Amino acid sequence: MPSTIRVRAVAAGDSTDVQALIQHPMDSGFVKDSDGKLIPPHYIEVLTFEHDGKVVFTALWGPAVAKDPYVKFAFKGGKSGDDLKVSWTDNLGKSDTSVAKIMG
Amino acid sequence: MRAGHLCRLAFAVAALPGLIGLTHAAAKADPAADQHAFQVYARSQFPAVPLADFGNGPYAVNAPMRKQWEEIMQFPPYDFALDEGKAAFEKPFANGRSYGDCFPNKGIGIRQTFPYFDTATGEVVTLDLAINRCREANGEKPLPYQTGLIASIDAYMAETSRGKPFDIKIPDDPRALAAYQDGKRFFYTRRGQLNFSCASCHVQAAGQRLRGDILAPAFGILAAFPIYRSDWGSMGTIDRRFTSCNSQVRSVPFKPQDKAYRDLEYFLSYMSNGVPITGPGARP
Amino acid sequence: MATHRSTGGDSPQPTRRATLQALTLAGMVGFGLTCKARADNAPGWPAEAFQKKSQKDALDALLGKQFETTDKITLDVPEIAENGAVVPVSITTSLPNVTSITILVPNNPFTLAASYKLPDGTAPAVSCRLKMAKTSDVVAVVASDGKVYCVAKPVKVTLGGCGG
Repeated sequence: MPSTIRVRAVAAGDSTDVQALIQHPMDSGFVKDSDGKLIPPHYIEVLTFEHDGKVVFTALWGPAVAKDPYVKFAFKGGKSGDDLKVSWTDNLGKSDTSVAKIMG
Repeated sequence: MRAGHLCRLAFAVAALPGLIGLTHAAAKADPAADQHAFQVYARSQFPAVPLADFGNGPYAVNAPMRKQWEEIMQFPPYDFALDEGKAAFEKPFANGRSYGDCFPNKGIGIRQTFPYFDTATGEVVTLDLAINRCREANGEKPLPYQTGLIASIDAYMAETSRGKPFDIKIPDDPRALAAYQDGKRFFYTRRGQLNFSCASCHVQAAGQRLRGDILAPAFGILAAFPIYRSDWGSMGTIDRRFTSCNSQVRSVPFKPQDKAYRDLEYFLSYMSNGVPITGPGARP
Repeated sequence: MATHRSTGGDSPQPTRRATLQALTLAGMVGFGLTCKARADNAPGWPAEAFQKKSQKDALDALLGKQFETTDKITLDVPEIAENGAVVPVSITTSLPNVTSITILVPNNPFTLAASYKLPDGTAPAVSCRLKMAKTSDVVAVVASDGKVYCVAKPVKVTLGGCGG
C-alpha cells in the first residue's frame, strides 16, 4: 500500500528544511454527502517528526486543517542521508508512519 | 486605456469573419485565421502576460491569487494522483501489454498532441478516449470518466509533457473541419437558463471576478488539465469541468466524451496551439 | 489509501484530546475576544473594550489577559482566499525561545485550528493550509519565554464563482 506521507527534507547549512504533504480526508463533520447525510469527522489529531531519536516538531491538528494537509517547518541539525521519521494518528485511531531520507 | 479599447475593438472586428464563417459551408472555414485572431485578442486583453503563462489560467491575470497558488505549488495537492497515475500507467494489463503500446513514443511526452482527428474512424479522439480504447483493446474494462484513476493517468501523461506547447493538427479532411466547426459553434453558443456561452465568461469577462473566482481566459485554458481543484478536493478531467460548467449555467450537461465535448476540446486545444502544457494543475 | 494500524477501542488517547480541549476552551474564552485585526485608533486606547457588547467582555478586554501585542510576529495570509477549503497560512517570528505557535479562526465552528509544539532547536516558523468556513480573522498566537503574544489578520472568504 502506498504511503500517505510525502516528505521533502533538505539539509541547508546547519538546519534542515522540511515540507510534508499527507493524504487524508480531514473531514470536519460539517459536510454532507450527496445523500444529504453528514460525513462523520475524520481528521489527523497528532503529527510528529523525529530525527535522531528526538521529536523535532509536533502538530496538533483539528478539523479546520485543509484536506490532504501540508506543513512546512525547519529544525537545527540533520544532514544529508539522515533519517526523518514521520507519524500521524487520527481521531478514529488510524495511523501511518514513514521514514524519509534528508537530502541536500 | 483608450488605445487598448480601440485595439480590442479592432481585433474583435477582425475575429468577426470567423464568426460569420459559421453560417457558411465548412469548406470556407479557416481555422488558422481563427486561431490567430483568438490569440491576438487574448494577448491584447492581457498584454503583460507572457505566452507561456496563459496555461496558468486565473493566476496569469491576478496577482494575489497567483501568490496563493505559488504557495500551494510548493507541494502540489495532485502529487498523490501523479504517483497513482504513474504506477497505473507502468503496470501491464492482464495480457502482458501496457498503455505504452497504444501510443506513439510509448505514451511519454505526447499529451500536447491530443485531441487529434482520427481519419480512419472520422472522429475526434481525446486522451481520455484513447486511454479507454487502449484498455478495451487489451481486454480491460474502461475507466469511468471525469475523476479517479483516469484523471491520475491523465496527470502522469500530462506531467511527461510539461512545457511542451500544444500542437493540435486539423488534417485536410472535410470531416475534421466539420468537427472543428462544431466545437467552435459550441464555444460561442449561449446555453442554459443563465444563457451564457463559454465565450461570455472566458473571452468577454476573462480576468474579471465571478463571485470569489477569477475567470481564466479561454486561450490556454486546457493546458493545465487534469486539475486538482480545491473546490472538488480531488482531480478532475476536462470532461469534469465541461459538465460542471454546463450545469452551472443551468443547462443539461452532455455525457462525458460526448461528440459535442470532444469537438469543443478539439476547438479549444487548437486555439491554444503554442501554449505550453502546465498540467497537471492546481486550481481553487 | 492509509496503511493504518487500528489501535482498537473506540476512543482516541485521552491526553491528546484533553490538550486540544483545553486549548479550545482557552481559545474561545480569551483569544477571539481580545486579539483582533487592529484598526487605527489612538495609541493606548482600548478599542476592543469599547466595542464589546456585554459588560463582562468589555472588562475582560480592558483588563486584558496576559496577551502581549508585538510587531515581531509575521502572519502571512491572503486578503481574499481563493477557496475557503485551502487557505495558506505562514507564521514566522523573531521572538526568542518560542515553544509553540497556535492558529485560531474565531468564525470557524471550532475556534482552534492548529497548534504546533516547537522543541529547542526548531525554527519559530510554520506554514500550513487551513479551512475557513467564512470570512474571519486568522489569529496567530506565539508562546515565547513564558509569555503569550498574538497577532491577527482578516481573511475574506466568499462563495466560489460559477454559481457552484
